[in-house]
Amino acid sequence: MKKIITAVLILVSMGASAQSEKYMKAMEDKVNGLDTVSSVSGWQNMANSFERIGEAEKNQWLPFYYAALSHVMSGYMMSNGQPGTANITQMDMLADKAEALITKAESLEKENSEVFCVKKMIATLKMTADPMNRWQTYGPKAGEALAKAKALDASNPRVYMLEGQDKFFTPEQFGGSKTEAKKLFEES
Amino acid sequence: MSKWIIILLALLAGIAASAQTEVSGRVYNSKKKPLAGVNISIKDSYDGATSDSSGRFSFTTTEKGNVVLQADQPGYKLYQQSFTLRDQPLTLDIVMKELIDEMNAVVITAGSFEASDRKRATVLNPIDIVTTASGNGDVTGALKTLPGAQQVGESEGLFVRGGTATETKTFIDGSLVNNFFYSSLPNVATRGRFSPFIFKGTVFSTGGYSALYGQALSSALILESIDLPDQSSANLGISVIGLSGGYQHLDKKKRYSFGGSYSYTDLRLAFSLIKQRQDYENVPIFHNLDLNFRIKTSKTGMIKYYGLFGTNSLKFYTPSIDTIGYLDGFSLKNRNMYHNLSYRESIGRWKLFTGLSYTNNHDQIESALYSDEKNIVLISPLEFKNYKLDNQGNYFNGKLVMERKFAGLNAVRFGGELNHLDDQSDYTSYNGEKFSREVKEDISALFTETDLYITNDIAAKLGGRFEHSKLLNKTNFAPRASLAYKINNESQAAFAYGQFYQNPEAQYFPTFNSLTFTKATHYILQYQRVNRLVTFRTEFFYKKYEDLIKTGLQQYRPVATGNAGFGDAKGIEVFWRDKKTIKSVDYWVSYSYLDTKRDYLNFPSAIQPSFAARHTASFVVKRFVTKWKTQFNAAYNYASGRPYYFIAPAGSGDFKFTDRGTTRDYHNVSVSFNYLPSIGKKDAKAFAVYVLSVSNVFGFNQVYNYQYSYNGARKEAIVPPSKIFVFVGAFISFGIDRSQDVINSNL
Repeated sequence: MKKIITAVLILVSMGASAQSEKYMKAMEDKVNGLDTVSSVSGWQNMANSFERIGEAEKNQWLPFYYAALSHVMSGYMMSNGQPGTANITQMDMLADKAEALITKAESLEKENSEVFCVKKMIATLKMTADPMNRWQTYGPKAGEALAKAKALDASNPRVYMLEGQDKFFTPEQFGGSKTEAKKLFEES
Repeated sequence: MSKWIIILLALLAGIAASAQTEVSGRVYNSKKKPLAGVNISIKDSYDGATSDSSGRFSFTTTEKGNVVLQADQPGYKLYQQSFTLRDQPLTLDIVMKELIDEMNAVVITAGSFEASDRKRATVLNPIDIVTTASGNGDVTGALKTLPGAQQVGESEGLFVRGGTATETKTFIDGSLVNNFFYSSLPNVATRGRFSPFIFKGTVFSTGGYSALYGQALSSALILESIDLPDQSSANLGISVIGLSGGYQHLDKKKRYSFGGSYSYTDLRLAFSLIKQRQDYENVPIFHNLDLNFRIKTSKTGMIKYYGLFGTNSLKFYTPSIDTIGYLDGFSLKNRNMYHNLSYRESIGRWKLFTGLSYTNNHDQIESALYSDEKNIVLISPLEFKNYKLDNQGNYFNGKLVMERKFAGLNAVRFGGELNHLDDQSDYTSYNGEKFSREVKEDISALFTETDLYITNDIAAKLGGRFEHSKLLNKTNFAPRASLAYKINNESQAAFAYGQFYQNPEAQYFPTFNSLTFTKATHYILQYQRVNRLVTFRTEFFYKKYEDLIKTGLQQYRPVATGNAGFGDAKGIEVFWRDKKTIKSVDYWVSYSYLDTKRDYLNFPSAIQPSFAARHTASFVVKRFVTKWKTQFNAAYNYASGRPYYFIAPAGSGDFKFTDRGTTRDYHNVSVSFNYLPSIGKKDAKAFAVYVLSVSNVFGFNQVYNYQYSYNGARKEAIVPPSKIFVFVGAFISFGIDRSQDVINSNL
């Protein structure tokens, strides 16, 4: 996770020149804060903060991107690593909210690998809410988004990280593998 | 230099501090419960906070003057309020209104079972249709393990809540399907013509169904065909009963797909291994070809076509019950085609759906009495056994539905339907005399239905349907209503009411007596509790039949005398599905109690009909063993004994019982295994599924019912064609990993 954050921070500073100092400072604060979040409510807090910044700025994609990411993280946290244990309705609401936010980000920043990484995570979140009934729809959707992310930027470490997570959590009989996951983690 | 900066910063901070306003308060929902996680903000500023678990929030803002404070939470209406900020702290209570949306709203479910992955509150997954052991891969097979349906084995179709099989109608993509099953055979239940794999959604309504559908007194089976496939693929199948192969092509940009498949079914091998009760001269052979295309016309528009062409033929002998030492011979040649074209599109809040279907069915039946050397003989008074019947049907169905959505899930639907039927039959009696009849019918219908969501917890569906029959020259109006109330997140109660009309069967036309629609009224009360792992549901129902057809004899043939028949059915049904208690085991239990009586056809009085058992139960269990890559399925079906009667003419048009009895209880245990060796092999080009299924594993003596000789002097049990049936097959697909289907149903 830390790697995600630091890497994106670089992105933030790259685009910095054209942006107001107030925006820069707020984003830096919040993005730095991501590292310390460890609860569902913490992630919700983050998501809301980013959304406020996004709504106020209107033409920055990063706040929407982070807001979506934070909602997904709060969803993951809710299911506590055990798919299918949390309330489906709640998970769906988070996923839908994240979806709406990432769509906003995408309309401002087209064809960005990071955006597709979050799209992949949203699909996975949807699936995690009710794996039994959603494997077929959201499995391929997640795969598609990830492939697009890879195509847009093959050097994006998060692509491999997400690939690794998939491998790690899929039972071996269904094509998962802890060792393959390790390789992917190392690559990222 | 740095000094100056510090001073400047301090100054700025000072100004900022003096200009800050504290905003705090609590957020509640309309039931005065605190809301957590709400995003509270000053519009167009960064300032804001998230409410905590007690609904409290507090933040400071540097904004001044007129501002808009808003509170945002998924599932709630956006709260916005203008304030003028002057350096005083602002404290406020916010009450947020719940939005009525699909995620939170109650689902109207009374009377229906749904197998789909789209909606919540479904009890089955699409894959359950094919992995239920006693289902034999037939669309209706798995549905027979649900409460409400009878375990009738001597003829095809779904007998629901005291209704006959003809009281259940099937709809594919909205259009009525004629000849859903293969043509009837004496004392053998035929299968459905359609592969369960072409459907993505199944709704099995055991009563109280929507005003969009009609002409079914008891039940509607509503099937939705798949849209674009996930990818291009080819498949091959080989089994003890035949061969099949197909190909589906998906456009690279996923705008359209087309494909087809062909299957050849030949029961010679299976019947030589498993002895049949019938002595086949021509073992059943089936040819089926299906073709489809699907075109995405826009983001929300889709045109779909599905066509099926099939022929089959068979001939068999059974020892004649009417005269000992002779054989009853029966032969059937069937040719059938079915076309279904549908189009759907949404424009803003409007949704349009239209569908056309056409069926052409041709049956040639020959029945005769044979000597035991298999020569046709004519014996008095059994001449009626020697006849030929040539039946040709053309059926056309067109339907248009418009839907207008309003805020908060409210919607109005309306539309119309046309059903054209042209049924021609030529009967040739033993002496070559020909009797021809042709029945032409046009049923036109107008319907409307509205979804009313008063809150997330209370919803109603109100509808009505007008139907006009040209043949009967009569019109009916059928009101329908259902209500649902959400008790809490997992449980809800529902009520459904409806009137249902159905035309008398084509066989009663033309008639000298004036006939009208047969009618049923349903009342259903339901309670259900559903979460992801456990489903409990119970229904009480009462169904009243009116204007059922009564028959009399005219030259030894039954003719309709009028609509003086009546009856009722009442009962309790329970369904329990559990994926939680036993690890990685999924099971369901269903039980139906049915108390029904009817007086129709030639019944001398109101009796429990011979197709209705008082108690019916099923137990279905599924387990996937990951290590062996095998899915194990088992099912047990039970039905208490069914009554049987011999009804004889009693002169002057009356009838009387001359014999009656009750069959033994019915038990059936079926098992099936699906072995998927290539599951999880990442680079496997082909994916194989091996299937072994055995019905009536323990070889129980199963008696469906009894049949009598023409004079009632002898009776014999109607039993399954073979005691045990074994199916072995391999299905291989190239390009698509079917393991997802299996993982899907077992995670």
